[in-house]
Amino acid sequence: MKVRIHVSLKPGVLDPQGRAVHHALEGLGFEGVEDVRIGRTVDMKVADDTTDAALDDMCQKLLANMVIENYRIEKLENAA
Amino acid sequence: MSFRSAVITFPGSNCDRDMAVALEKISGTAPLRVWHGDADLPDGLDFIALPGGFSYGDYLRSGAMAARSPIMQAVIAAAGRGVPVLGVCNGFQVLTEAQLLPGALMRNADQNFICRDVSLKVENASSLFTSGYQQGQMIRIPVAHHDGNYFADDQTLERIEGEGRVAFRYAETCNGSQRDIAGVLNDAGNVLGMMPHPERAVEAITGGDDGRALFEGAIKGLVSA
Repeated sequence: MKVRIHVSLKPGVLDPQGRAVHHALEGLGFEGVEDVRIGRTVDMKVADDTTDAALDDMCQKLLANMVIENYRIEKLENAA
Repeated sequence: MSFRSAVITFPGSNCDRDMAVALEKISGTAPLRVWHGDADLPDGLDFIALPGGFSYGDYLRSGAMAARSPIMQAVIAAAGRGVPVLGVCNGFQVLTEAQLLPGALMRNADQNFICRDVSLKVENASSLFTSGYQQGQMIRIPVAHHDGNYFADDQTLERIEGEGRVAFRYAETCNGSQRDIAGVLNDAGNVLGMMPHPERAVEAITGGDDGRALFEGAIKGLVSA
């Protein structure tokens, strides 16, 4: 099973990187960009019988820092 | 009584030698050197130091991988028994990632790596680590970090401020830290994390020795205990 974990900063946590990219987009002449937040995706291949609880556990124990980040688990269609 | 300390080295630590030199110079006894892959700490430690650097190349998040290394399970257990643990710079990041300290250290607000001496105010001089200072004393200690921007939610900030757990505060604009927090204690007071490097400020010849009192105070407190 292929799983994609989306890790993003919690609302209210300042994202200096996103702000810098926002500024750079404006510098390139792109208009109408209201906000930029930068996150991370983790693509994993896991055993088909991996439980949702186990995936949650992986996110909470390592893949995301729950002080500043949220995560979302997306199960991808098996490409095979 | 001799002072038995240990410095933990992770792959990518680069201030472990400075930390060991400072501890030996001030305590008179060379610290034991412990590798990240070790499962156990030496017996009978009086003091554990987590040094600065870029453990595991800052993969995933600064300190994230080191916090899950085998030796950290032993450090977490030792901290729980009351053994003093000092984490400097990357060591502070490891302590927050290991949840021995509240909050998180994010990219500096201006996105730049900051490497200079900064002024700090000693906010709580009654802890083991800060007993060598006067309450409110102003000191100069070098910082060298990219991810030193301390974040915690408002409730956590109120709690640690109220409990006197902010040990040091930047007295000048530095990295965007919430409430200019530079160093935080755990609730029991035996774990301190700080971004500035006291071990780099123990001899006047290197530009200042304001970090010396941290080690002197802690060692005096432990040896006389």
